[in-house]
Amino acid sequence: MSVAQSMETKLTRALKPVRLVIEDDSARHAGHAGHPGAGHKGGESHFNLDIVSAVFAGQSRVARQRIVYQILQDELAGPVHALSLKTATPEEAGL
Amino acid sequence: MSETATFDRIKDEIATNPVVLYMKGTPVFPQCGFSAGVVQVLSRLGVKFKGIDVLADPSIRQGIKEFAQWPTIPQLYVKGEFVGGADIVREMYMNGELATLLRDKGIEIKE
Repeated sequence: MSVAQSMETKLTRALKPVRLVIEDDSARHAGHAGHPGAGHKGGESHFNLDIVSAVFAGQSRVARQRIVYQILQDELAGPVHALSLKTATPEEAGL
Repeated sequence: MSETATFDRIKDEIATNPVVLYMKGTPVFPQCGFSAGVVQVLSRLGVKFKGIDVLADPSIRQGIKEFAQWPTIPQLYVKGEFVGGADIVREMYMNGELATLLRDKGIEIKE
C-alpha cells in the first residue's frame, strides 16, 4: 500500500471526513536540506492535506493539527517528512 | 544531552526571547520552504525574532518536537507560547490574527 493510501485509510477511519484531498507534493521539495535524500526511494515525503471533518468543531488550529499528527504518527516517524494541512469543519467549508 | 537538559534550554530560549522561531537554516539562509515562509511573514510584519537552526543541533531538532508535541519544523513561539507551524502562521497572517496576537502580547510590529 502506498503512503498516500495508508494515510487515506487512517484519516477516513478516524475523522469520517466529508472532504479529504491528499496531494503528493514531494517533487517540489526534492534535494533540499533535511530531505531524506539519496537513501529515499523517490516521492511520498511531502503531502498537502485538505480535510473537512466535524471532529474539528470547537478545536483550535493547533489542536486540529495535533489530532491529524496523532493519527499519522507512524507515517511522520517514517517516510513522511512534511505535511501541509488545511483543516475545516463542514460549516466553515460551507459543506 | 538528556531530554530534561534539552527541554530546559528550550524553556530558557522562549522565556528570554519574546519571539522565537525554531527553523531549518537561519533567518538569512532558510534551508526549507516552510521555514522560509514563516521568516517572510515575520519580516513583513517587521517583527524582531530569534531564529534557532535545528539543523545545527540534533538534540534540539528532536527535543523541540517532543517539547511542543508537534512533529514538524518550523515552530513559532511568542512570549513562551507555541503559536503553530507554517500553515497556521500563514493562515493567521492572511486573516490578520497574527498581527492582533503579537500586538496583544506587546510585540512591536510594523503598522
